[in-house]
Amino acid sequence: MQFLTDQPIDTAALVKRLLRRSDGALVVFEGVVRDHSEGKAVESIFYDAYRPMAEKEIAAIVEEVRRQWPDVAVDCVHRLGHLVVGDTSIAIACVSPHRAEAFEACRATIDRIKQTVPIWKKERTPDGEEWVGWQHQC
Amino acid sequence: MKVRLLFFAVLRDIVGKSEADVEVPDGTRAADLWQRLRGQYQQLAAYAQPPMTAVNESYVRPEVVLREGDEVAFIPPVCGG
Repeated sequence: MQFLTDQPIDTAALVKRLLRRSDGALVVFEGVVRDHSEGKAVESIFYDAYRPMAEKEIAAIVEEVRRQWPDVAVDCVHRLGHLVVGDTSIAIACVSPHRAEAFEACRATIDRIKQTVPIWKKERTPDGEEWVGWQHQC
Repeated sequence: MKVRLLFFAVLRDIVGKSEADVEVPDGTRAADLWQRLRGQYQQLAAYAQPPMTAVNESYVRPEVVLREGDEVAFIPPVCGG
């Protein structure tokens, strides 16, 4: 199982691997690097991870989502390294026979990934670079 | 006993390295290692409570007692996605 990549994300390939003939719904979420954060212009973001643990944590979340929505097939890829505005940082795809479960499962997957997976981002702004979250939460 | 500390993100920047092997007495808890780091690095002095803590790639309570060879990582606030 490999959920992390240093390469640009191929969302179409992710979907193609997942989709079954019994599926009637496909929900894709992509996280994208935006050009601002809390009032500051963002030029680029560096994503860092505790890789082996992040792989395990994402695997656990995916497993949990599969258990919670047995009809849903889910997969995701998170990109690491240096990303610029407009780049996709994460893609999650959920397929199911009907749309409700696919929407719910996709939302749950991204929300849980944001909560526990050891991945960090360092934003580059005109004022310099800063690790997101460090000043506010500790 | 010896344990390995791993540093990521802001902690790697502050400490200036990505890992360190440290010698600690038996009975040392992960939280004790955090207090030791706070004593060593001025930028951490304000953070009395350890951040989320992982031992051997799993989250643990900071009070967990370490064992020889454990790999300890303090996890700054995560923000994947």
